[in-house]
Amino acid sequence: MATLKVGLVSPEREIWTGEAKMVVAQTIEGQLGIMPGHAPVLGVLLDGSVVKIEPADGGEWISAMVGSGFFSIANDEVSVLAEQAELGAEVDVSDARQALQDALNAADDSTAERRARARLRAAGQDA
Amino acid sequence: MAQVRELRQQIKSVKSTAKITRAQEMIATSRIVKAQQAVAASKPYADQITQALSALVSHHVGIDHPLLREQPEDNRSAVLIVTSDRGFCGAYNANVIREAESLIKALREQGREPVPYVVGNKGITWYRFRGREVNGTWHGFSDRPAFADAETIGRRLVQDFLKSDAEGGVGEIHVVYTEFVSMLTQQVQVRRLMPLEIEERHGGEQGSVPPSYDFEPTAEAALDLLLPNYVESRIFHMLLQSAASFQAAVRRAMKSATDNANELIGVYTRQMNQARQAQITQEISEIVGGANALADSGGE
Repeated sequence: MATLKVGLVSPEREIWTGEAKMVVAQTIEGQLGIMPGHAPVLGVLLDGSVVKIEPADGGEWISAMVGSGFFSIANDEVSVLAEQAELGAEVDVSDARQALQDALNAADDSTAERRARARLRAAGQDA
Repeated sequence: MAQVRELRQQIKSVKSTAKITRAQEMIATSRIVKAQQAVAASKPYADQITQALSALVSHHVGIDHPLLREQPEDNRSAVLIVTSDRGFCGAYNANVIREAESLIKALREQGREPVPYVVGNKGITWYRFRGREVNGTWHGFSDRPAFADAETIGRRLVQDFLKSDAEGGVGEIHVVYTEFVSMLTQQVQVRRLMPLEIEERHGGEQGSVPPSYDFEPTAEAALDLLLPNYVESRIFHMLLQSAASFQAAVRRAMKSATDNANELIGVYTRQMNQARQAQITQEISEIVGGANALADSGGE
């Protein structure tokens, strides 16, 4: 079966690369599931959303929080480029909760709130 | 006697200086490696964004965006000068500033009005000391720049680029930074950052034609996001290159300081040995002279 070559990168480092069966990303207009053979797309990511990757080796789904960025799909290669990105497994949950609390207290910072929620969701927590 | 003691003291002090510069040299050496790793880690993102942008542009010939537009009506040119926060790096900052000054002069001769923007304490101090007007300054991250720093700089420059002359904006943006060529060579580079230039690649190998993308939500929205991001990623690259070059310059300066100190220790040691030898010779001749005098007086 064909697989996707996925690269999740932030400006400072490569977060995750590998083969995958499916990638789910969230754009401004809605969720987009990507499977092998997808038409070429260049899309803008929703700032503060979760990107999910199903690895080709049958492992567990990988979740990552992404900040402002975009993704491109071409020839079964998916690149997700985000200015802020963090794997769910690397999220410091108590730190993310604190960030969410701060964002809620600040009241007018909806981006920070969305990002904090996305971090918690990527880590498999309720947000 | 006194001279030997003085020299011994001198040697001790030079030795402790050499120890410090040697330590600085080793710290810089390990930091170069780290800085190079940071450069390598930023490469995938920079490559991807360049690829996406060229794919986007090649399928929309005649694409129009404020960041791509030449602004002939604006006569001010921004010059972003990347220096370091710390010294002890030989001629690193002097080279950058010299290159920046010659660029500023060249721009003036073309009838444009250069506006400096400075990164790094050393450059800021240089301009402040001369009472020159500086439009924007950033500092505190020259050793280990983070992407957020490049973002701050990029946002400000894009903002000023979009403004007209009358509002304090600029018509083009140049950057003076230091490219890390190798451990031994670092070159000061002058680049025009904005307006962005689109290189249309014709021909080339077959099969390298970029796919025709669909855009989500629209091509304009994608371009609005991509272009500033691209600018920020370029600036980030320049900051990282400068940081690596800075560490290399520190290493070189500290290495020659250590070498000089060791040479000085050698010179002082020889002088000290000579003085000690002279002292011993003198003591012996005094003893011999004394003994002779005694023998002479005893014999009579």
